[in-house]
Amino acid sequence: MIEVNGLVKRFGNAVAVDNISFTVKAGEVVGFLGPNGAGKSTTMKILTCFISASEGSASVGGYDCFKHPLEVRRQIGYLPEQTPLYNELNVIDYLSFIADSHSVPAKVKRSRIGEMVETCGLKRMVHKDIGELSKGYRQRVGLAQALIHDPKILILDEPTSGLDPNQIVEIRELIKSLGEDRAVILSTHILPEVEVTCSRILIISDGSLVGEGTPDQLRKHLQGQELFDLRIKGDKNEIESVFLTQDWISSHEILGTELNGIHRFKLNLIPPMVGEDSGERLYDLSVSNSWKLLEMKRGGATLEDVFKDLTTREAGLN
Amino acid sequence: MLKKIGIIFKKEFSLYFNSAIAYIFIVAFLVVSAWFFMNGFFLIAQADMRNYFQLLPWIFLFFVPAVTMRLWAEERRSGTMEVLLTLPFRDVEIVVGKYLAAFAFLILTVILSFPIPLTIMKMGSPDMGPIIGGYVGAFLLGGAYLAIGMFISSLCDNQMIAFILSVVASFVLLIIGEPFVLQSIPDTLKPAAQYLGLSSHFQNIGKGVIDTRDVIYYFSVIFVFIYATMRKLESRLWA
Repeated sequence: MIEVNGLVKRFGNAVAVDNISFTVKAGEVVGFLGPNGAGKSTTMKILTCFISASEGSASVGGYDCFKHPLEVRRQIGYLPEQTPLYNELNVIDYLSFIADSHSVPAKVKRSRIGEMVETCGLKRMVHKDIGELSKGYRQRVGLAQALIHDPKILILDEPTSGLDPNQIVEIRELIKSLGEDRAVILSTHILPEVEVTCSRILIISDGSLVGEGTPDQLRKHLQGQELFDLRIKGDKNEIESVFLTQDWISSHEILGTELNGIHRFKLNLIPPMVGEDSGERLYDLSVSNSWKLLEMKRGGATLEDVFKDLTTREAGLN
Repeated sequence: MLKKIGIIFKKEFSLYFNSAIAYIFIVAFLVVSAWFFMNGFFLIAQADMRNYFQLLPWIFLFFVPAVTMRLWAEERRSGTMEVLLTLPFRDVEIVVGKYLAAFAFLILTVILSFPIPLTIMKMGSPDMGPIIGGYVGAFLLGGAYLAIGMFISSLCDNQMIAFILSVVASFVLLIIGEPFVLQSIPDTLKPAAQYLGLSSHFQNIGKGVIDTRDVIYYFSVIFVFIYATMRKLESRLWA
């Protein structure tokens, strides 16, 4: 239902979105994961026809975003970043305005507003001016307006931002259930959220798509490597320069230094040939360099590691 | 189309009255305009509102930009532009809806000066033609100021700048037709300048004569600036 092809967006000389392609089908909740400034919001703004792409195409529900913006907007429910709202209107008036804008028939409007108030937990705030609401409630109003016309396609930019832990759980459950028969794309930089709500993840960094897959697939990606956590006592610079000379150590990161000059490292290793063991290689390396290897632990890949790996490495997923 | 314009109109109009600004504005306008008019009224001792309508272009000069300055700048500042422009509205529906709401607000404000003509009717026997003509002219003039101000507001992110530029632009358009400016304009351009000026048309209508040429003039100004605003809105897609 959402198709993006070779999307590029430049602002002057800066490239915000660099050749992104992906699709979202009905029944999927796709998570856009990336650090701040990666291009998630920009892509969403293009999908909602708020801005136009510099190159490439984007279509929603079969309609091209540039050529048929009106048809695109009719089908989507959009929650922009920062949840902008009209502060002087009260909740009901605002939801009524949005419902009217989407041509929700008058007969259905009242009950729809009632449902939204119920689903988003706005019962007590219904007659208050939006400007008086706390961030959490504003977020809920934002969600309500995105859902009020029962759109088939939802585009949510950081939908749980500003919510407290209880609310976050409720909203994630809501999004998951909506995703069962709709196409949902949400953006976030909260990793657990993506694991819990999304059936597929798109990792964006610096405008490019650097990783794509289900949470499991992405974790397996990192298992093509081995992770080790080490504690070594020795000269930091010397240790790091030795790491750099070993081609089977694809990357290393210093996590910190304890007292007594003990350094904690996280290593990414290329798995060795059959018959060899990475643990042994590390041990031998320490011995031949006279380091004091105090602790060696095999690490598992969490989604966070995948995220860090993909967004700091220059190469993308092959 | 019309229904959608109506939806925008309703939202805009209720936004005016949901904050104190509208009430302060109306009171300020009525007090200022009545004060200036009544100052000389008894001295002149004539049962007409000519001076009131002479004043209006100058009072509008400051009051109308105060209305228009928030039309777009506020939406941009609060981010609601993104909500408005991702709802299924055509650009024209949004622009016209906002304009009509501002216009309705202005008409309401001016109409609330009805105690003045009522008082005059009690005190003497004024000629109603010029008074009605004066009000019609005031609405048209105000409408023109509104269109100019709305366009300028669509160009600015900052309400103050929108206000100042609108005042300047309206001022320029206002005085182009005035005698003291016409003096310094070469003869060949004089008729053009006189036609372009907002106030010269206003004088005609103020006499109670509703000449179609003047009405066309005002509608043209309104149309040109509404169209310009729509293009400006559209230009975001070509950035």
